[in-house]
Amino acid sequence: MKSTQRSWLAKLVVGVPYAWLIAFFFVPFLIVVKISLSQTAIAQPPYTPVLDLSAGWGGIVGFFAGLSFDNYVFLGSDPLYVLSYGKSVEIAALSTAMLLVIGYPIAYAMTRAPRRLQPVLLLLVILPFWTAFLIRIYAWINILQHDGPLNQLLLALHLVGEPPVWLSTNTAVYIGIVYSYLPFMVLPLYATLEKLDESLLEAAADLGCPRWRAFWLVTLPLSAPGVVAGALLCFIPAVGEFVIPDLLGGSRTAMIGQTIWTEFFANKDWPTASAVAVVLVCLLVTPIVVFQHQTMRSAEQGR
Amino acid sequence: MMRRLSAFNLAALCAGLAFLYLPIVILIVYSFNASRLVAVWGGWSTHWYAELINDTPLLAAAFVSLRVAAIAASAATVLGTLAAVALTRFGRFRGRLSFASMIYAPLVMPEVITGLSMLLLFVAVSIDRGFWTLVVAHTTMAMCFVTVIVQSRLVDFDVSLEEAAMDLGAPPARTFLSVTLPLILPAVAASWMLAFALSLDDLVIASFTTGPGATTLPIRIYSEVRLGVSPEMNAVCSLMVGVVGVAVIAASLLTKLGAARGAPARV
Repeated sequence: MKSTQRSWLAKLVVGVPYAWLIAFFFVPFLIVVKISLSQTAIAQPPYTPVLDLSAGWGGIVGFFAGLSFDNYVFLGSDPLYVLSYGKSVEIAALSTAMLLVIGYPIAYAMTRAPRRLQPVLLLLVILPFWTAFLIRIYAWINILQHDGPLNQLLLALHLVGEPPVWLSTNTAVYIGIVYSYLPFMVLPLYATLEKLDESLLEAAADLGCPRWRAFWLVTLPLSAPGVVAGALLCFIPAVGEFVIPDLLGGSRTAMIGQTIWTEFFANKDWPTASAVAVVLVCLLVTPIVVFQHQTMRSAEQGR
Repeated sequence: MMRRLSAFNLAALCAGLAFLYLPIVILIVYSFNASRLVAVWGGWSTHWYAELINDTPLLAAAFVSLRVAAIAASAATVLGTLAAVALTRFGRFRGRLSFASMIYAPLVMPEVITGLSMLLLFVAVSIDRGFWTLVVAHTTMAMCFVTVIVQSRLVDFDVSLEEAAMDLGAPPARTFLSVTLPLILPAVAASWMLAFALSLDDLVIASFTTGPGATTLPIRIYSEVRLGVSPEMNAVCSLMVGVVGVAVIAASLLTKLGAARGAPARV
């Protein structure tokens, strides 16, 4: 559409979704920042100060004077929060590494499959990604419980004498994250590997390069964008994951998503919950910006 | 290069698919177990499915979830499609970068943060939380996925068709309705179904933004699942897998259909 033809209609096409996102994505975030600078209060809403515009300029001045960084000082001084952030980043990073090791061979094998089979394989990988996340975690509680199928199998094979404890351990959290996020890793990897120019590999073979070296020198470096996209798509949400550690993990150290949840729902401490959320976004801002940049570039080039 | 799977590739594919599907298959098999105990196989039975019909709170929750998902998916599809058109057809308008950032950030934003921030907005403007706040929250979350799907369709779409319509004097709105929309319709329909599935599935954002009287199915399932595994839950979850599975397969067939129909005529 040429810019001269841009009418009120065009303005509406941009304006409506833009306004929606500002109202329901951007402004809420500013409110989180504001409340993280407030104090807990026994009131409704349970924090102070509340911006009172009816008090005029005095109200605004009083509002800003009431804000403080106390909640952030508190977060830094309590090892509970620092440990929680550390554990979340550690679990997310290790899971992402495992996902890469498991997901890469699957994505690679998909591109090697006969052409007409590929859409079917793609659908098979996408399907669980849309199939109720909560239920897929629940399925693992079934499998991992004390007298569940996994322990029954291990006992029947005489691999263990005593049924091992799986639930409420970090192992269960890793299994849950790797299981739930596998499609997020495989899809971007497949998308880049599929576009790979096969004549490059043929050229390498013609020049006497063994296949494993060609993979190492050609395929792997060229699939780097897929690796980065997949890793970010898994790492960022995994850091803030709530459902998986809550249902499969132990109670000793909570991941940061659980900490926000507890501060909010159990302790009713909204300012602290907001401060924990703001620090989490600050931790994730670099990976998020890199992710946006990549998505924007690939969206504009087309697939 | 030969298109044949080596033993290693075949093993990777089979192991990967088994890992993805085995837990769901086990869940479904257990939902037909006549025995209440996991360790005991009491024969095949549809007993637990029959029990569900008497579970009124569960049915009420399922009904709330379906209504929220239908409204939120529809709103998200309209907003997301508009956003996709804006991003692909309007060139570099002012504020495009921040617009695009707000589309892509929610895709990876941890749900706990999205949920918390939405809730604090509703509290700040003193709106009682319930059915409609939930719809707004799910619309916002799902519209970004819609945009990405429709956008990818608009990008590899033959723009000369639109140009031809406009050269022949069709105004932009008319061009969109009679040329663009019919061609991207399968992608739009597919994204509606995916938005529906996303909303039906969400626990975290719903827990923050809903209120009394609007308990959704995942919230209900979550509160039961925390207490442990039960055969009734196996049955509910198997049903949900079935419903969502059918929706997703239909969505992907639609997208394929669309890709075949609207493929740019490259010679």
